Amino acid sequence: MDRIELIWMGVKIGAVVFTMLSSVPVMVWVERRGSALMQNRLGPNRVGPLGILQAPVDVVKLLFKEDFIPAHVEKVIFVLAPAVLLIPAFMTFAVVPFAGDIAIDGKALHAQIADLDVGILYVLAISSLGVYGIIMAGWASNNKYSMIGSLRSSAQMISYELSLGLSVLGMIMMAESIHLRDIVAAQSGHIFGFLPRWGVFTQPIGFIVFLTASFAETNRLPFDLPEGESEIVAGYHTEYGAMKFALFFMAEYMNMLVASALISTLFFGGFQLLPGMGRLIDPTGALIAKFFTAGNPADWGRLALEAVSFSIKVGFFMWFFVWVRWTLPRFRYDQLMNLGWKVLFPLSLANLVVTAALMYLRVI
Amino acid sequence: MLVKSKPSLRHRFYLFEILTGLSITMKNFFFGRKVTIQFPEERRIYSSRFRGLHYIKAVNGVENCTACMLCPTVCPSECIHIEAGERADKEKYPVTFEIDILRCCYCGYCEEACPKDAIKLSAIYEMARLTRADGVLDKENLLVQRGKK
Ligand code: SF4
Ligand code: SF4
Repeated sequence: MDRIELIWMGVKIGAVVFTMLSSVPVMVWVERRGSALMQNRLGPNRVGPLGILQAPVDVVKLLFKEDFIPAHVEKVIFVLAPAVLLIPAFMTFAVVPFAGDIAIDGKALHAQIADLDVGILYVLAISSLGVYGIIMAGWASNNKYSMIGSLRSSAQMISYELSLGLSVLGMIMMAESIHLRDIVAAQSGHIFGFLPRWGVFTQPIGFIVFLTASFAETNRLPFDLPEGESEIVAGYHTEYGAMKFALFFMAEYMNMLVASALISTLFFGGFQLLPGMGRLIDPTGALIAKFFTAGNPADWGRLALEAVSFSIKVGFFMWFFVWVRWTLPRFRYDQLMNLGWKVLFPLSLANLVVTAALMYLRVI
Repeated sequence: MLVKSKPSLRHRFYLFEILTGLSITMKNFFFGRKVTIQFPEERRIYSSRFRGLHYIKAVNGVENCTACMLCPTVCPSECIHIEAGERADKEKYPVTFEIDILRCCYCGYCEEACPKDAIKLSAIYEMARLTRADGVLDKENLLVQRGKK
């Protein structure tokens, strides 16, 4: 690895980790104010302009709170659990491509931290590791509500993981690759001359199944049974406080971020420019060329715009998570299982069969 | 009577219903009239019958109270404490008059019982205190005319 690649790697990792970490307070603010406005309230609006400083202030509060460990817990596992939940959430983002390639000194550099051969399988594998954190938290808490919450979570994960995987298969078959960058590349161009060839248009059923399953995977409403405030106190994190609770909270938003990134990558053309953004490439490139000159300014412009359109797509889905949370009530447990096994699972299987048949007949 | 109606296909399909729900929340997000009262600047208007912090009505700087002891008798929380005395003109008056607002349940019976139109409940509802001792209003404090009753 030479110098340029090393610098590029550092820049990528720094940018991704910084964005992920700083998205949490922003999302907390968006969630609190968004929910308030949807419920005809105003929400936190005192700390800083529009209340934007509320989240940093809360972080400070959480950091300085007493780090209390109840006497009846299994200490080692109890302390370990939040980290076990958070780390997979961070790791998953490593394979998500957030912009196209760029050539410097004849070397093609990918805007993706790790270009693994297993691609999407890595995401599916790592993202389901998070459930261990929840199980550990529930078990170590030595509390029946926590235990119920974590058991619910694992049952939910298993039920929805299947549909999640199967709904992705359709996209993998169409892209004929499990590399996320290839899947994005397969979504370029147009169908019927005007619709972007995005997964949502070529695989609408796969998209709906994936979207629903990712809500279940991230434990967000309407599938937040592992937490279920009104039923089991706070589920698996009942016994947690201060920064350890904040880590659970962060993990939830990280998972949301990863899920949004995956939805955008698989079904919304990933980092491909939003329609109409192509015109901005040259001006942006010229702007960037004022600050440093390496490679082709037009390429840099494209890279920046691609990162921006990826962020817009991810941002929209983050908002969508919030939007749905404050619209739909929680599912009952049997409804959740029925939906998972009797609706989504057959639907994704059928989608797979139809996709395979259409591909065999060369319709798509 | 239990009326069972089977939801229509459109309802059971969920997706359209979810979209309707999403549009309703969005409508509230943008156009909903926000009901929040921004407290220190804005205040809720209570009715004139609201029962808040007490005061003793004074006319020309002299309290109406004659220490008849009706209000401590009627008070269900037993939080009024009066020591009576005699003025130079032989009129009975309260030497000390204390109300423990931490015990008071704001029932307003004292106001109703008072034959002299003396003890009143104002519309003030902010009663946070730093110490328990501050929660006991003395006569001087009660003579602050907090309302127009
Ligand atoms: S309002 Fe009721 S409880 Fe309070 S002092 Fe008067 S009689 Fe007693
Ligand atoms: S009832 Fe009225 S006059 Fe009698 S002691 Fe109480 S405040 Fe004074």
